Amino acid sequence: MPQRKIALAVALVACTGAQAATDADLAAIRAQVEELKKTYEQRIAALEARLAATEAAQAAAQPATPEPSMAAAAGATAFNPEISVVLDGKYANTSRDPNTYRIRGFIPNGGEIAPPRRSFSLGETELALAANVDHLFRGTALFSVAPEGGINTEEAYIETLALPAGVKLKAGRFLSGIGYLNAQHPHVWDFVDAPLAYKAFYGSRLGNDGVQVKWLAPTDLFLELGAEMARGGGFPGNERNRNGNGLGTLFGHVGGDVGISHSWQAGLSYVTTRPNGRQFEDIDAGGNVNAAGSFSGRSHTAGADLVWKWAPNGDPTYRNFKFQAEYLQRSEDGSLAYDDTLSRAIPAGAGAVRAASDSYRRRQSGWYVQGVWQFARGWRVGYRHDALDSGNANLGPRLQAADAAGLQHYSPRRNSLMVDWSPSEFSRVRLQYARDSSRGPGLEDNQFFVQYIMSLGAHGAHKF
Amino acid sequence: MKRLLALLCLLVSAGAAQAAVKVFATLPEWGALAQEIGGDQVKVYTATHALQDPHRVDAKPSLLAQARQAQLVVATGAGLEVGWLPVVVRDSGNAAIQVGQPGYFEAAAYVQRLEVPAAVDRIHGDVHPGGNPHFQLDPRNLLKVGEALAARLADIDRANAAAYAAGYQAFAAKMRAAIPRWEKMAAPLRGVPVIVQHKSFSYLIAWLGMKEVATLEPKPGVEPTSGYLSEVLARQRAQPARMILRAAYQNEGPSAWMAREAKIPAVVLPFTVGGTPGAKDLFSLFDDTVARLLKGLE
Repeated sequence: MPQRKIALAVALVACTGAQAATDADLAAIRAQVEELKKTYEQRIAALEARLAATEAAQAAAQPATPEPSMAAAAGATAFNPEISVVLDGKYANTSRDPNTYRIRGFIPNGGEIAPPRRSFSLGETELALAANVDHLFRGTALFSVAPEGGINTEEAYIETLALPAGVKLKAGRFLSGIGYLNAQHPHVWDFVDAPLAYKAFYGSRLGNDGVQVKWLAPTDLFLELGAEMARGGGFPGNERNRNGNGLGTLFGHVGGDVGISHSWQAGLSYVTTRPNGRQFEDIDAGGNVNAAGSFSGRSHTAGADLVWKWAPNGDPTYRNFKFQAEYLQRSEDGSLAYDDTLSRAIPAGAGAVRAASDSYRRRQSGWYVQGVWQFARGWRVGYRHDALDSGNANLGPRLQAADAAGLQHYSPRRNSLMVDWSPSEFSRVRLQYARDSSRGPGLEDNQFFVQYIMSLGAHGAHKF
Repeated sequence: MKRLLALLCLLVSAGAAQAAVKVFATLPEWGALAQEIGGDQVKVYTATHALQDPHRVDAKPSLLAQARQAQLVVATGAGLEVGWLPVVVRDSGNAAIQVGQPGYFEAAAYVQRLEVPAAVDRIHGDVHPGGNPHFQLDPRNLLKVGEALAARLADIDRANAAAYAAGYQAFAAKMRAAIPRWEKMAAPLRGVPVIVQHKSFSYLIAWLGMKEVATLEPKPGVEPTSGYLSEVLARQRAQPARMILRAAYQNEGPSAWMAREAKIPAVVLPFTVGGTPGAKDLFSLFDDTVARLLKGLE
């Protein structure tokens, strides 16, 4: 084929050349023919080389092709679940001692809510295992290994894969589907720590042993409704050693797209439980326990959440923006037993035991709003504003708010700024600065964190 | 009576139109293929478009809502949609489209994949253990996937099995006629050395006999540093490539820089249906791709 083309070209050139042949023209034609020949020779050589290479590759590929035997060789390990490990390490520099952290105006909930310890520290190492159990169930187990040792079962649940009509059941220990951030693990958070509202109302997040049912509507608008029943052994409930449902939740989410660049999700949630003798300990500025007590009664927490994401043409690779806000409000109504004999030496004359029990009614609220802007591939900046309102404790005559930090009125605030860099989908390094006034007026804490989060193993898929 | 019958007919036909198989295609090429084969028997929803990186998509609420209603998910597989599709499928509450069900179809199972890594280690970047998943740019792969997809559609909607078979035959006949035409048009591209921005074109390059001499990513999915680009430029001087290929959704930065420095054209290819105004369906996708490559050669 190339030869024919060359011949044709030569003939063509010769024909046109015959009409007005000067020496210069002839030389030019010769040069052209020469060049044509050269390029075609090069192409032929390239083709021949390719042919040889392909033949060699084929020959090389032949012995490796029987894939079924390779699969068979994997044998017993072929059913290994998806395994992933998340490594988390921090450096923290705080102007106040994390050991004395408390949120003024809120009765402590015993959750891990303090800022990370000072200097270098290891966060929780997360180990996740997941696989389909069979054609009906999928199982997931998520353990966190504390730096001091000890394994905590964060989540261990099964979920159904084959129920009809958009229904899905989950059972075991799992993070509740309420709100937006609650079901997300710390390694996908946009900031080092949880919002103050989550710390105050759920002790960082609401997880429980129970069952969940979710239903997804068959509509173009995303509409998901869910309900959970649980033992309610953790805050805002407590261990009651009773049969039946200890904590219930209801939640709904709607969502959709606006054009090709915007997508959103909004939700409402409700959590109800009846703690009975839910104990707490309060600490003073020095970190010493100075009061203890317990609450019995009803606890309702209602929440609203909104997430809005923008990415040019829906492609978040280079630039995107995420807006996120949640509001939580808790009402507690019942009786409070309060004992602050621990706080001071009993005054010689008074001789009174400073312990009392009376009615307690209070409505508390909190919210956060945050924006995270990815301005270049792998680079993001974010700002978050946190606010809480402790509300006024409506106390029976035998109790006095003035005596206890947890009962006083206060409105904590926190501002956080972060910048992070993710060289790949699997690694992230973050810097964060926060100014936190949760401890009380005049007790601002300047917090500076450096954090890395790296995941290895199975490529996880993340929710919206 | 006649009128009633007509009304009944109308109702039945409306019912039949509603009963079209709902297909959830992850990428535009699979949406287009399902449409070619299924015609009126299918209602196709395409989860992404040509200006999105198919690997980096959010499991958006709208995708869950569509997956909930789908009877068939048509995905690439080979790890391309691993960051979002598993969540969408699992959380859809739709038993029919779970992995292993007839309603879950992965195209990768039906084609010979290139660049299957011998060792899977992320030190080599975002490698796909299943090989390079961008196989839609070799039209012969579309024939293989199309055949399997037609069989799958027939499996799901047995009443219209003949229509799917006919749909595939019509598509295949058109494709088989078009492939030699494209190959003939693309003959001057044989052996032409090219630089690619990401390993998106391995199948196209293999099909048309071009030669990939460099990638503008040091590792798959890793953004190039200026040092790496200079290295590629130095290699370019020693072993010149004729053009740089970039998919419509990819950032133009690295290829534009290289084009300027090396004085060779940066060619934007549609990559999938809708990537350029010319790539309106699976046939014009290749018409446009070949035309753009030839233009780059000028």
